[in-house]
Amino acid sequence: MATNSAGSNDPTVNRRQTKRPKYSKFTQQELPACKPILTPQAVISAFLIVTAIFIPIGVASLIASRDVVEIVDRYEAACVPSNWTDKIAYIQSGADKTCKRELHVEKRMKSPIYVYYQLDNFYQNHRRYVKSRNDEQLRDAGKGNSTSGCDPESNVDGVPIVPCGLIAWSMFNDTYSFSRNNNNVTVNKKGISWKSDRDHKFGSDVFPKNFQNGTIKGGASLNETIPLSQQEDLIVWMRTAALPTFRKLYGKIEVDLEKGDVINVVLQNNYNTYSFSGKKKLVLSTTSWLGGKNDFLGIAYLSVGGLSFFLAMAFAIVYFVKPRQLGDPSYLSWNRNAAGQ
Amino acid sequence: MDSKRPLLLQSPRTTNDQEFPTIPVFPELPKSKSSSSNTVTFSGVEYGQQVDHKTSSNSSTSSSKSAMSIHSMSSSKRNNSLNHSGSKKPVTVRYGSKGGGDSDGLTMSQRELRDEDARLVYINDPEKTNESFEFFGNSIRTAKYSILTFIPRNLFEQFRRVAYVYFLIIAILNQLPQLAVFGRYVSILPLAFVLFVTGVKDAFEDWRRHNSDKVENNRLASVLINDGSFVEKKWKDIRVGEIVKIKTNETIPCDIVLLSTSDPTGVAYVQTINLDGESNLKTRYAKQETGSKVQPRYTGLIKCEKPNRNIYGFMANMEIDGKKLSLGSTNIVLRGCELKNTSWALGVAVYCGRDTKAMLNSSGAPTKRSRLETRMNYEIIMLSSFLVALCTITSVCAAVWLKRHKDELNLLPYYRKLDFSKPKVDDYKYYGWGLEIFFTFLMSVIVYQVMIPIALYISIELVRVGQAYFMIEDHRLYDEATDSKFQCRALNINEDLGQIKYVFSDKTGTLTENKMEFQCASIWGVDYSSTKANIDGEQGEYSVQVDGKVLKPKMKVKVNPELLKLARSAVENEEGKRIYDFFLALATCNTIVPLVVDTPDSDVKLLDYQGESPDEQALAYAAAAYGFMLIERTSGHIVIDIHGKRLKFNVLGLHEFDSDRKRMSVILGYPDSSVKLFVKGADTTMFNVIDKSYNMDLIKSTETHLHSYSSLGLRTLVIGMKELNTSEFEEWHAAYEAASTAVFGRAALLKKISNNVESNVCILGASAIEDKLQQGVPEAIESLRAAGIKVWVLTGDKQETAISIGFSSKLLTRNMTQVIINSNNRVSCRKNLKDALERSRKLMSTFGVGNNDGAVANQIALIIDGGSLVHILDSEHEEELFQLASLCSVVLCCRVAPLQKAGIVSLVKNRTSDMTLAIGDGANDVSMIQMADVGVGISGQEGRQAVMSSDFAMGQFRFLVPLLLIHGHWNYQRLGYMILYNFYRNAVLVLVLFWYVLYTAFTLTTAINEWSSTLYSIIYSALPTIIVGILDKDLGRSTLLKFPQLYSAGQRDEAYNKKLFLLTMADTLWQSMVIFWPPLFAYWKSTIDVASIGDLWTIATVILVNLHLAMDVVRWYWVTHAVIWGSIVATFISVMIIDAIPQLPGYWAFFHVSSSGLFWALLLGIVIAALLPRLVVKFIYEYYFPSDIQISREAEKIKQYQRVAENGQIEMLPISDQQQHR
Repeated sequence: MATNSAGSNDPTVNRRQTKRPKYSKFTQQELPACKPILTPQAVISAFLIVTAIFIPIGVASLIASRDVVEIVDRYEAACVPSNWTDKIAYIQSGADKTCKRELHVEKRMKSPIYVYYQLDNFYQNHRRYVKSRNDEQLRDAGKGNSTSGCDPESNVDGVPIVPCGLIAWSMFNDTYSFSRNNNNVTVNKKGISWKSDRDHKFGSDVFPKNFQNGTIKGGASLNETIPLSQQEDLIVWMRTAALPTFRKLYGKIEVDLEKGDVINVVLQNNYNTYSFSGKKKLVLSTTSWLGGKNDFLGIAYLSVGGLSFFLAMAFAIVYFVKPRQLGDPSYLSWNRNAAGQ
Repeated sequence: MDSKRPLLLQSPRTTNDQEFPTIPVFPELPKSKSSSSNTVTFSGVEYGQQVDHKTSSNSSTSSSKSAMSIHSMSSSKRNNSLNHSGSKKPVTVRYGSKGGGDSDGLTMSQRELRDEDARLVYINDPEKTNESFEFFGNSIRTAKYSILTFIPRNLFEQFRRVAYVYFLIIAILNQLPQLAVFGRYVSILPLAFVLFVTGVKDAFEDWRRHNSDKVENNRLASVLINDGSFVEKKWKDIRVGEIVKIKTNETIPCDIVLLSTSDPTGVAYVQTINLDGESNLKTRYAKQETGSKVQPRYTGLIKCEKPNRNIYGFMANMEIDGKKLSLGSTNIVLRGCELKNTSWALGVAVYCGRDTKAMLNSSGAPTKRSRLETRMNYEIIMLSSFLVALCTITSVCAAVWLKRHKDELNLLPYYRKLDFSKPKVDDYKYYGWGLEIFFTFLMSVIVYQVMIPIALYISIELVRVGQAYFMIEDHRLYDEATDSKFQCRALNINEDLGQIKYVFSDKTGTLTENKMEFQCASIWGVDYSSTKANIDGEQGEYSVQVDGKVLKPKMKVKVNPELLKLARSAVENEEGKRIYDFFLALATCNTIVPLVVDTPDSDVKLLDYQGESPDEQALAYAAAAYGFMLIERTSGHIVIDIHGKRLKFNVLGLHEFDSDRKRMSVILGYPDSSVKLFVKGADTTMFNVIDKSYNMDLIKSTETHLHSYSSLGLRTLVIGMKELNTSEFEEWHAAYEAASTAVFGRAALLKKISNNVESNVCILGASAIEDKLQQGVPEAIESLRAAGIKVWVLTGDKQETAISIGFSSKLLTRNMTQVIINSNNRVSCRKNLKDALERSRKLMSTFGVGNNDGAVANQIALIIDGGSLVHILDSEHEEELFQLASLCSVVLCCRVAPLQKAGIVSLVKNRTSDMTLAIGDGANDVSMIQMADVGVGISGQEGRQAVMSSDFAMGQFRFLVPLLLIHGHWNYQRLGYMILYNFYRNAVLVLVLFWYVLYTAFTLTTAINEWSSTLYSIIYSALPTIIVGILDKDLGRSTLLKFPQLYSAGQRDEAYNKKLFLLTMADTLWQSMVIFWPPLFAYWKSTIDVASIGDLWTIATVILVNLHLAMDVVRWYWVTHAVIWGSIVATFISVMIIDAIPQLPGYWAFFHVSSSGLFWALLLGIVIAALLPRLVVKFIYEYYFPSDIQISREAEKIKQYQRVAENGQIEMLPISDQQQHR
């Protein structure tokens, strides 16, 4: 300190300048400010507003959820022929995996009807799994050799795999075909993935290479003549699910299904979930603005709305019974003490 | 008054041969040309008596005799009489007592200056000087870094913060391939960001230092070169041993030992304001032996101590012409000082550049840790253990999961332990069960790292800087009189100002102005109180005509007309003689240097008495007002104008004031050759040396007067006189001579001599000086006490003075019970203490104890003196004293020594957890200021030592009220809230991450994008808390001043305590659950992908934490709006940018997910549901259990409405101004 001032005090700077701080509303901390306080009126009205918003939204989402028609068929156990006691052995064997299922439409389903497969107890969000991919390779044909992060599915005998990594390797490979009254119901498998993924994430000039050529086969194979950007099942699968129970879009049925219809499903039960006792389900569902069938949001909204209505009422009653004058100095602790003695 | 005051005294010296033209202070006075007592001056030709104890008696006698004939009358008479009185010894007159001049007294001067400890400086021979030792050149370098060293050194500096090391360890952990949770670069980003910002700041500061160094180093100074001429040289090229010439008003480039000055007596006046802030001139002396040398031919050797920091001490020897002279602090002028009133000075550089005392003293501010921060450590430990718990849960669960699935792991699609790609099938990234657990643990530490809010430490620092800025800029803390702003010297204890429970205050200069005013005199047993006849017109304005010009003292003094008349009357009777002696003592027995100051009116000149002690100044001005005007002081004589008659007195000796003797004395040779000793000092020590046999009545009546003066709150001094007969003088003189030339142990010798000569003194009277209370002190003390702060006053004054000041400052009131302890021995002290304790306990129990909120009835005031404290402090009675003191609402300690002040502070500090603040202005308060939790220095009259050692410095005592009640309150409330909020903010994120881990087979996948979690505490939520921490105010200024009681919120730790912490954490738990589970339930069994749900969680968390803050903001400025809503917008933008990078797996997720109604419905639901409990609790608390702060806030708002309704405009500060200027 001493030196700095020693340096700066030239004889020329001898004129005395006052050091008085400049007055400004900012430096004196007197900027205009809004000072809201929690008055009972404000709080009660806030709760009423919350009620007014939440109850309708809750009702709307419950209705939306009820409107969704959903057919769920769990098939992984039923599709193992009864003569196979060891399910894992069956799924790994070369035996015929065809399996027939019947779905009953309980309620009219308007198209589009989404066909999902649902896996339970499958940790697509497992750390090892999530990381085992290489996004550059998927996007850029020139980076076919970059397989970093893809272990243990990065190459076979030193030749890189495209698409590499555990995620691609374990791609779901059950297939479904639907028929109603012996008429085929076509499943549209175009446009089931995100457009952004098709356009920018998976290259249109990147072709599968050396895929599923390893010692063990994890799931679906890919047609090596079709670029990745058109391999929509792969693209869907590569969007790793957030939660261990998840659905993935298989396709869309673009005809309405009437009440009482029986849908015959012929499926190839190829995917091995038996080794980790995971469930497989086939799901046909219509959709709403909320997505699929889920009552949770509606119930949650109704309870929050109800609770705030209750609180608003409770506060209103207490306020009318025992109001307190705001800013009354007689409530100040020292005034109360003085009054008490 | 204080012992550490730097010395002004001339060093011992002998005659001077005037080689340089004399520049008399008063050219008008013919006599003044003979500027030393034993210098003979006549008609341009000058002879000096070469008198030294080494010179032969013969030669000196003859020279003195030869001088006699042509000597001015007064001088020759004295010499004559002295010689006549039988002594054939040469007369050598030395002036100055503690010749060594070192403030540390004995120890310093007695220490041997051994060769190996010394630095050898060959005068005017820099080559030889720098030959064997490479001394530093005079270029200075305050800059820390150079371009090359910047990066390593700055990094090293920065990593001295523990927080950064934590950052670094986490980042390093993340670089291990097994643990790489985040991408390599992402994990370094926060650390790099902080390092970079700090680095840029440091670089900028350093660049400015480089520039100022450059300016400083390139300043020019004249240096003597071989051919005897002076050349201009840059400061940085000056070397040790070179001779530098400084002209008036120039700054001294390095520490120099004075060789000669333009003044024939070798005096140089310097201003040390850059060094210690004292604005009065100090005198420094060149040795006579060097002053007489022809300029270019200086040769000699200075042996001085190694460079050290003590700016008040210097020890050296100089060998010149085979003579060995000792040098002291009065012979050295330090770098940074300015030469004043001296046309030139020559000096040899002894310390250069970074060896100079100024540079060695340029250390940073003291570091203390704030109470809040210390408390915070506890919560940090809790959070750390919580972090460890989370990590343990994660790793144990992961272990269990691995164990349960161990048969499946080999081929599990999402695990695939086996790697088939190599010829030999091997485990892939599986290190065995134990290591997997260990790695999981470390990984979870990385993922949950923000649980310890490292960013908080940086935010706190920023907030403190902002708070300090507002304190400095507050014009209420600006002192007009000294033109000084508030100073924040310690940046890290701002919030402590909001929790002060005890204020320890010095009296003189702190409560009072330390501007002394002469009030009363008791002379020869008669009381002359100027207060009695106090009419405005009677301000004594004494002036002298000199060559048609009017010379008058700068300060006017109220005079007692009766005394004035008596003083004017001739010295006829005994009474008149005593009055004459009394005022002569006042005018002479001091170290005042009179300076002539020009006024706009060219015919009028003002006499400015420069001196270090305000008491002395007051006495000198008083003497001048009564016609005893000190006109000139040189090292050897004093010229006094007594009612128009100009008299010259030779100063034969002077014994400096020191704090042990508590008195000073001067030995004067009268024009008529008689020799008198004048003593003045504190009554306690003076009555010991007074000749009791002389006149008991006189002593008694003086004592009575003293008592009545001090009970008026006046500072008293006793004046004594003693006529020295020849033998006494001779005896003293011989001893004094020997002592003054002694090279070592000089101070002790001089002290012994002064004690010998200051005995059997005849009492002349006593003076009383008023030290006015500073403006606003009583109101300030009242406010502080209403705020629940206990004010203790520790003073060196007498008990009566202290009590009366206590009354006038409203510290004491009439209805207080005074408990006084003053005893001189251990036994009675103990007894007194016990009695007092019992009595006060009884008093308190009869009237109820809970009555300490400033209520009027039955308070106890403890008055204790230093003598008793000697026996109490550091003994087993400390505890009793503390108990007694804690019963009392006021404690007044009088006659305490500086160290005792610190002892009293530590008495309280060690026994309670209450915060202590010490405020003082003098060097004697330094120990207390450093001991207390918060030290406040008053930049007043007594120099800057208190300020230098303080944490905060300001101009006036009354600023304590806005400082504590307003700024302290705000700082504390702001920071307390900010810490809690930061804990909450980080914990919410960590908990959301943790909940997700439970659904990922405990494998630490983070749904929240790694970039987002990194940016969370940088962009998403950092700024609002900092801005709110700097700007938010719970209450306005005027309310805080109107109800000082509101301050006690800080004393009760209301803004930050364990209960609040736990409540906040409970809220955190709820909020994190509301963020996490609804999306989980809503998206269960759906096609949601990791990135999309992660974006939802990110945005929900950010909106929530910002709204949480918004809910607690009291005052919404436009800045607050900008940062809070801006942060939310910034988050959206960042998330969009991150999701627009196709290389990341989460590409386009945000755009995809946000196009569904469910996303927005969830967001709204989360925010409302999460904040609901907080709002309910907050409302119930504020409405049904309102705190004082809450009520005042409402009152403020209602009043504002009313005022708007009445005036149509908002007035901001009506009450505060009234309060301060009342």
